[in-house]
Amino acid sequence: MMSWEIVIGLETHAQLSTASKIFSGASTAFGAPPNAQASAVDIALPGVLPVANRGAVERALVFGLAVGAAINRRSVFARKNYFYPDLPKGYQISQYELPIVQGGCLAFLTREGEKTVRLTRAHLEEDAGKSLHEGLGELSHGMSGIDLNRAGTPLLEIVSEPDMRSAEEAVAYARALHALVRWIGICDGNMQEGSFRCDANVSVRRPGEPLGTRCEIKNLNSFRFLERAIEFEAKRQIEMLEDGGRIAQETRLYDPDRDETRSMRSKEEAHDYRYFPDPDLPPLVVPDELLAAAQKSLAATGTPRSRQAQYALQFAGDGVTGYDTAVLTASRETASYFEDLVARMGGGAKLAANWVAGELSAALNRDALDIGRSPVSSAQLAGLLARVRDNTISGKIAKEIFDALWQGGERGNERAADAIIEKRGLKQITDMAALEAIVDQVVAANPKSVEEFRAGRQKAFNALVGQAMKATGGKGNPAAITEILKRKLGSSGC
Amino acid sequence: MHNASLSELATALGSRKISSVELTRFFLGRIGRHNPALNAFVTVDEAKSLDQARAADARLAAGEAGPLTGIPIAHKDIFCARGWLTTCGSKMLGNFVSPYDAHLIERLNTAGAVILGKTNMDEFAMGSSNEASFYGPVKNAWDASRVPGGSSGGSATAVAARLAPAATGTDTGGSIRQPAAHSGVTGLKPTYGRVSRYGMIAFASSLDQGGAFGRSAEDVARLLSGIAGFDERDSTSVDRPVEDYLGSLERPWNGAQGKTPLAGLRIGVPKEHFGAGLSEDVARAVREALTVYEQLGARLVDISLPSSSLAVPAYYVIAPAEASSNLSRFDGVRYGYRAPEYRDLLDMYCKTRAQGFGAEVKRRILIGTYVLSHGYYDAYYLQAQRIRRLIALDFALAFAQCDLIMGPTAPSAAFRLGAKSSDPVQMYLEDIYTTPVNLAGLPGMSLPCGFTDGDLPIGLHMVGECFSEARMLSAAHHYQKATDWHRRSPPGFS
Repeated sequence: MMSWEIVIGLETHAQLSTASKIFSGASTAFGAPPNAQASAVDIALPGVLPVANRGAVERALVFGLAVGAAINRRSVFARKNYFYPDLPKGYQISQYELPIVQGGCLAFLTREGEKTVRLTRAHLEEDAGKSLHEGLGELSHGMSGIDLNRAGTPLLEIVSEPDMRSAEEAVAYARALHALVRWIGICDGNMQEGSFRCDANVSVRRPGEPLGTRCEIKNLNSFRFLERAIEFEAKRQIEMLEDGGRIAQETRLYDPDRDETRSMRSKEEAHDYRYFPDPDLPPLVVPDELLAAAQKSLAATGTPRSRQAQYALQFAGDGVTGYDTAVLTASRETASYFEDLVARMGGGAKLAANWVAGELSAALNRDALDIGRSPVSSAQLAGLLARVRDNTISGKIAKEIFDALWQGGERGNERAADAIIEKRGLKQITDMAALEAIVDQVVAANPKSVEEFRAGRQKAFNALVGQAMKATGGKGNPAAITEILKRKLGSSGC
Repeated sequence: MHNASLSELATALGSRKISSVELTRFFLGRIGRHNPALNAFVTVDEAKSLDQARAADARLAAGEAGPLTGIPIAHKDIFCARGWLTTCGSKMLGNFVSPYDAHLIERLNTAGAVILGKTNMDEFAMGSSNEASFYGPVKNAWDASRVPGGSSGGSATAVAARLAPAATGTDTGGSIRQPAAHSGVTGLKPTYGRVSRYGMIAFASSLDQGGAFGRSAEDVARLLSGIAGFDERDSTSVDRPVEDYLGSLERPWNGAQGKTPLAGLRIGVPKEHFGAGLSEDVARAVREALTVYEQLGARLVDISLPSSSLAVPAYYVIAPAEASSNLSRFDGVRYGYRAPEYRDLLDMYCKTRAQGFGAEVKRRILIGTYVLSHGYYDAYYLQAQRIRRLIALDFALAFAQCDLIMGPTAPSAAFRLGAKSSDPVQMYLEDIYTTPVNLAGLPGMSLPCGFTDGDLPIGLHMVGECFSEARMLSAAHHYQKATDWHRRSPPGFS
């Protein structure tokens, strides 16, 4: 049977990290009591007018520069007209025909290697408010509430070309985009609070054929939901086509509880938004100084890609891989943790990379912590890894100490690892005489393994090393034990 | 006292011959006597006005008075004033007490002027006769069986009947100038961007402009000085110094002297404004006014505005398009009228808007929605925008040949109540000479220039280049020094 190709494009809404809203002076801080942050402009009182927030424009410019897009020095705010209770003006101010950012691309690593997704555009727009259907208390009498705190929050809608071919690829793109907008400081990336959310356009086709009819899945606010929704939707479309059916163009919603997408509205029910240029806002002209400020800001932060390239160059001799650099540049905080770690260690970049990408990342994920709040500071980790490098402890013991540090909560104490080594007597045994005695005992106690080894089985040798390590309580230097054992077994036969 | 000019009132207040409280009471008294017959005011609030008057008197006593301190001004009910009912002539805002001040109100409050009341108007400024007010039609002060013009008919009547020394208005297609002409008063619509639109309830954002009514160019100059200026809350407001309107009044035209203070002034007379549809008595009065200007030294230049005939059609695409979107916020959700009974959200929207808006407003919302719809946008909205550019080009070419353009303000004098109510196109043609000025963003003015055989006032229309208000007011002032049309008062109100 012929296979199907899945085609995915994403529209991502990134909330821009300005202190005030895109067209009013009200605060954008999350979590205030309902309507505490709704100004006259946000409520759309009669007679009020929008004024564009320069900070939001600058952030859009920084993004455009970061993805190598064309900046439209003259873009146009347009009104998207529709009625909804949480849309106070009866229209959303967005950009339509002339967006501020056009084109560009985003490159990132997947398991198959590097992938580049082309961007169509990125435009500025305002968020709507929220309808509250629950939790209004007894006095609501079944009515709904409106919270306009979010109304007017600045968004950058980033539209990709349909360049992705699997849910996994779409998630990798979304993660790379998420890392980028946080890295360049234009969005806090908080997905629970809705600061970064995706709409996925999904269609399927036989390879080589024209694009199939697409469905748009709205408002996916986690990478997991994004992946699940695309997988479900692609499967649904394939099954429908294989049963001889046709795909209807429509907007769908993903229900995470039932793990399925459901139709929200068909093409026929789609709004005619009657876009037209907003007469309250003159065309947005980007002055030279604002563009220069955006360039300066981007030059100061760089991007995950530029930092990856820097690492590749800087640590090429240490064996740091492309995959390592991608993990180390997941966020600016991760990168600075890593850099601080290497600086304190005075070398050993590969060891540092392995620990940041391995133990540390796993522990942070497990406890759902940002690296900035890691219980093990880079100073502590540097202290620990220094002992690995000078052979005071083995890697295995180091992990044990790391766990102790994690629980210990002594972030400021650089010598915490040494204290634990001392206290628990975890120092590696490097006394050759002592090790020889232990190896002799192990050889004597395991004649069968010795015999098997001599018969040519490498596995038996490893078992003997294991036994010896065990006899040292894990503190024996594995390299030393291996050497002694080789010598012993070699001398007693063959 | 009701015939005194603003400067005479300012002098009397300054020398403490009269107090602001006395002056305010005096005009409130006239309103009390005459408003029942004229219906020029929608809201009068004696307590609020007198509070302001007392505060003004304190400033006057302290010697801290400005040119408008203590002077009562009537405001079109389109301007939001804190604590005042602000209806915009609509049932939709019948219960709307504004929580904030429009820029224009704020400016006048700061100057110490007194809000005398809110004047009647066509609903949402859509109309040319003031018959489209939910609060009933305004009667023409010269003949109560006739309309005062619209949409700022209440303000024009208030000034004509000496119920207010001066008044504010707005002009989207002629809404200051046409009622000024029909009511025998002087009215100025400034250059688009000269007076902030913040707090002025929007009809058609790219055309709306606030302005002033007075009994003379001098009074208009004084009021305009109080309301013109940049406002950062209106992105279409222009950041440019305000000229000294009062100080420029007496200034002769460039280098002119003696009895011909306007020597060197070139007045463009557009042939298109004297064609079919213009009534004979209006044509005669305007010709006579031009003769007066010649006697003052001006030279008449025949000019052509070839795209004039396209102005009304283009206007009735652009203005309704913007209005259809601007009026979407009146949805019954947050403030204003809400239908008392409804089944669900959609039903609430439909009933609220069906009951809250009048017929003319609904007609324009429908037209505007249609011309912005998918598939019609290019043919109507974009085409109208092209015409708009042609009209602006007409004026630019004309101003290469002349300094001011003059002609009739309206094709005929005030018509009888109900005469054009059933024929919207006839009503729209009332603004045939005035709409091009809004489409081009230019300043326009109407000043009394004679009477019909039936003793109805006639207006002379004057158009200037952008930001030439000072020169226009001066040219009008010199005319008013040579004539007394503006001093005539309607029988019964003198």
